[in-house]
Amino acid sequence: MTRKRIAALVGNPNAGKSALFNALTGARQKIANYPGVTVERKAGRLTLPSGEPLELIDLPGSYSFDAASPDEEVTRKVVHGEFEGEATPEVIVLVVDAANLEQHLVFAQEVLELGRPTVVALNMIDLAERDGLTLDPAALSAALGVPVIPTVAVRGRGLQELTAAIAEAETHAAEDAQWRGHVTLPERRLVAKHMARGATLSASARHTIENGIDRVLLNPWVGPVILFGLLFVIFQAVFAWATPFADALDGAVGAISGWVSGIMPEGFIRDFITEGVLAGVGSVVVFLPQIVILFFFILLMEASGYMARAAFLMDRLMAGVGLSGKSFIPLLSSFACAIPGIMAARSIPDPKDRLTTILVAPLMTCSARLPVYAVIIAAVIPETSVGPGIGLQGLVLFALYLAGIVGALVVALVLRNTLAKGAASGFIMEMPRYQLPRIKDLAIGLWQRAYVFLRRAGTIIFMVTIALWLLLSFPKAEPGESQLDASVAGMVADGLHPVLEPIGFNREMSLALIPAMAAREVAVSALATTYAVDAEDEDLAAEGVTDRIAALWSLPTALAFLAWFVFAPQCISTIAVARRETNGWKWPTFMVVYLFVLAYVFAGLTFWIATALGL
Amino acid sequence: MTLDGFENGRTARIVAVDWASLDESEGKRLKALGIDEGVEVAVTRRGVFGTRDPLAVRVGRMTIALRRSHALAIEVEPV
Repeated sequence: MTRKRIAALVGNPNAGKSALFNALTGARQKIANYPGVTVERKAGRLTLPSGEPLELIDLPGSYSFDAASPDEEVTRKVVHGEFEGEATPEVIVLVVDAANLEQHLVFAQEVLELGRPTVVALNMIDLAERDGLTLDPAALSAALGVPVIPTVAVRGRGLQELTAAIAEAETHAAEDAQWRGHVTLPERRLVAKHMARGATLSASARHTIENGIDRVLLNPWVGPVILFGLLFVIFQAVFAWATPFADALDGAVGAISGWVSGIMPEGFIRDFITEGVLAGVGSVVVFLPQIVILFFFILLMEASGYMARAAFLMDRLMAGVGLSGKSFIPLLSSFACAIPGIMAARSIPDPKDRLTTILVAPLMTCSARLPVYAVIIAAVIPETSVGPGIGLQGLVLFALYLAGIVGALVVALVLRNTLAKGAASGFIMEMPRYQLPRIKDLAIGLWQRAYVFLRRAGTIIFMVTIALWLLLSFPKAEPGESQLDASVAGMVADGLHPVLEPIGFNREMSLALIPAMAAREVAVSALATTYAVDAEDEDLAAEGVTDRIAALWSLPTALAFLAWFVFAPQCISTIAVARRETNGWKWPTFMVVYLFVLAYVFAGLTFWIATALGL
Repeated sequence: MTLDGFENGRTARIVAVDWASLDESEGKRLKALGIDEGVEVAVTRRGVFGTRDPLAVRVGRMTIALRRSHALAIEVEPV
């Protein structure tokens, strides 16, 4: 049996490692987590010129092996061969930003001191040229003692040469350990300066375009307005752009359901497929377009370099509640999903800061709430316009997001003054250069997110939906009795209902909350399945869940349900990740309790106020 | 003069950094990003709504964000 051979991409943050990784491996990627650690392990297959495959892994960016944050620690351990369950990489592909050599060559020396076969990718050479730099890769190669390949990931420039150099480096170790002498940081910095100068043929003093763009985007007054406007556009787009695609998917699910009904004999199996599988899973899959659109904007902000500017703009506000701009990035990612958000909190060096960020991350409206919000809003909020390009439905959605944000800020402030009390945290981060996002990288990122969502729909949601359908379908109702009343699930809901009745929840809602513990969006499929099973005739069963809610729920009840989902910690995966990240049950338990309390109180307030207003 | 009080856009040389006043890991991070004695820097932008916090500082060909509390610990002179 041959050993799996590995090459690792190492380098400073913003050196373009991930773009290079995408360019080298294409769609042949696998994303997993490092065992016991929740930093993504991205691996892909690279085919060497000889036709042999090599596994390429993409490691978190680091400024130094003197690790300051948990994700840098992963890089250090993997490269040193100290990471359990990960083989020591045979070849190190050191990625340096051609326009930022003086900085990136500092860490490069630390990597070369390992004395391992190394190939340097002099990346983003086109951006260096844009900045007025002319570089000499041969001189840099001579100074470093390893091959240096100029690359531009986006245009595929230098990829063949880089692959060939990796294959070549694999066959022999680095010449000597000439780097071992320079151990102090100032010495390394001096060496880096000399090497950068030696490799630079000419550098015109052209002003970089960053200054011009930052003048607007980081303007103390205009910048926040642009950021807020952008976020508003995103949430409007999530609603408006997705509609045709969602309708098409919905139609497709309905058509399949009709087709199955047509060809199969009436009975248990047919009901199982149409009422259980298709009604349940189908009602969640319909939200794929919205999730893809949301991730599209988040990936766009990350890839363009705007995300760091957003962190800069938000730092002051975050400092007001005891956090820093660094927490803004995990929290913004949490709008897509709290799990990567909580993981991204690893880049926050301050432990108290990090704990607070983890605890409030579930308050950010994740994409799994979108299906719930979307169904309820579509059912009870009229599709009217309140201004040019501003729909009432989008406005309500925006208000729900805002409620989550305000909740998170208030909770963070309280935590930083009580349980996570400590010195104010700092904010130090690199502001990457602006780049035109690459369509291929966006496409790969979107595909991965869509795949994860569909896999969830195909596994967790599928199983939960089936279990719920069985609980709903048995025991069978006597003639004249409602199926919901007779079922096991109905009995469970009866037990829970008295607790939730004061805040306006009906029995179907109480029922939907149980399976929604697995994943929030299951609430929708649970309602869909419940109403499908409970429908007295075929016509009612064919009606969508939206129409049933519109017909059966009062407005205060629907609003209370929305308020519940702003706060409720209805996602077992999030709780599990929080446990892993905080090394124990103490904080996840606290998180679950405080979120349920908030959910109950705010759903109640919403219901009572809406009722009092006569809505 | 500290970096906090230094004029925007002008190049300054760092003469001293009061490392003791900074959190140890923050000091480490500033050093890793190239903030150290003898290095030339320039403040390019200051934060929102007249609070002048945080600061965007140009170090070499890179821009980094840091807080006023850090800038106050960095002693500079005009170049």
